[in-house]
Amino acid sequence: MQCPLPFATFRHDMTDRITITVNGEARNVASGDTVARLLAAIGLDTRKVAVERNEEIVPRSIYAEVALAAGDRLEIVHFIGGG
Amino acid sequence: MDGTPATTGEDTWEVAGRRFRSRLIVGTGRYKSLEETAEAIEASGAEIVTVAVRRVNLSDPNAPMLQDFVSPKRYTYLPNTAGCHTASDAVRTLRLAREAGGWNLVKLEVLGPPPYLYPDMAGTLEAAEALIKDGFEVMVYCADDPVAAKKLEDMGCVAIMPLGAPIGSGLGLTNPFMIRSIKQQAKVPVLVDAGIGTASDAAKAMELGCDAVLLNSAIAHAKDPVRMARAMKSAVEAGRDAFLAGRMPWNYSADASSPMTGLIR
Repeated sequence: MQCPLPFATFRHDMTDRITITVNGEARNVASGDTVARLLAAIGLDTRKVAVERNEEIVPRSIYAEVALAAGDRLEIVHFIGGG
Repeated sequence: MDGTPATTGEDTWEVAGRRFRSRLIVGTGRYKSLEETAEAIEASGAEIVTVAVRRVNLSDPNAPMLQDFVSPKRYTYLPNTAGCHTASDAVRTLRLAREAGGWNLVKLEVLGPPPYLYPDMAGTLEAAEALIKDGFEVMVYCADDPVAAKKLEDMGCVAIMPLGAPIGSGLGLTNPFMIRSIKQQAKVPVLVDAGIGTASDAAKAMELGCDAVLLNSAIAHAKDPVRMARAMKSAVEAGRDAFLAGRMPWNYSADASSPMTGLIR
């Protein structure tokens, strides 16, 4: 059930959850979540992927320190077959 | 490959300070399965494989990955920029590749529109400059254009890789004279990249004096990819030997091989 009061929804989003975009898809994460926590939630092996946040590389060594912000655009990539 | 260092006098080639025995670089795309990819690459004897950088499938994070079948510990991964049509997309892609793999040897390709996907040389030059400034060692896919090839070399690209024919076309070497011209003026390795259709095309590229050949579809789209991988390995070796041996001159009249003396009367 959607809350009929827009203000209540707004307040809820602002305090607990933020929306980011991961590989082109909108995703809700807890405010304060880090890149490390996001990768763990998705279930990815950090040794096999690379992450870009708002067109800047996030080095693997600082995944646990980079907090996600509302509106962040992330790309998570890996190697696949190619010529 | 047994992984032992090459000995002095062995016919090896070097790119960006790394030495290799195999003169065949193979792509890892377009195979029916990751198992078939691994088997064909093994049969090709390649030491370097090209790989693409793509978004992970978020809904299936445990799907088998290329690394599980083609180990980056055994093969040198050469990340490409396939699908990039602008310099900025290519640079972004390779920065991600460097982060994913931890190395800086890359294959740059900035492509024009379908149906030819011909190298966009303006974009290629722009991307090469940015990548070299950022510490990458750039092996560059390019037009069979000696002027552009020289510019890329002067800029600091570590290998020049003109196309034999459009990517995935299998048309072979459509302009062998230009490939030879590019090789003759270059001080860095020259590889034919793209267009190889079958073993004789790879041999021909090596006979022209190229340092190596890069191909993917010719193996992956053969009816029996593993057998074609083996054929390509032999062809590259045969072509290289023929080049080193030095071919006989072209004669436009017959010159009998058997003695003309001692014939019965």
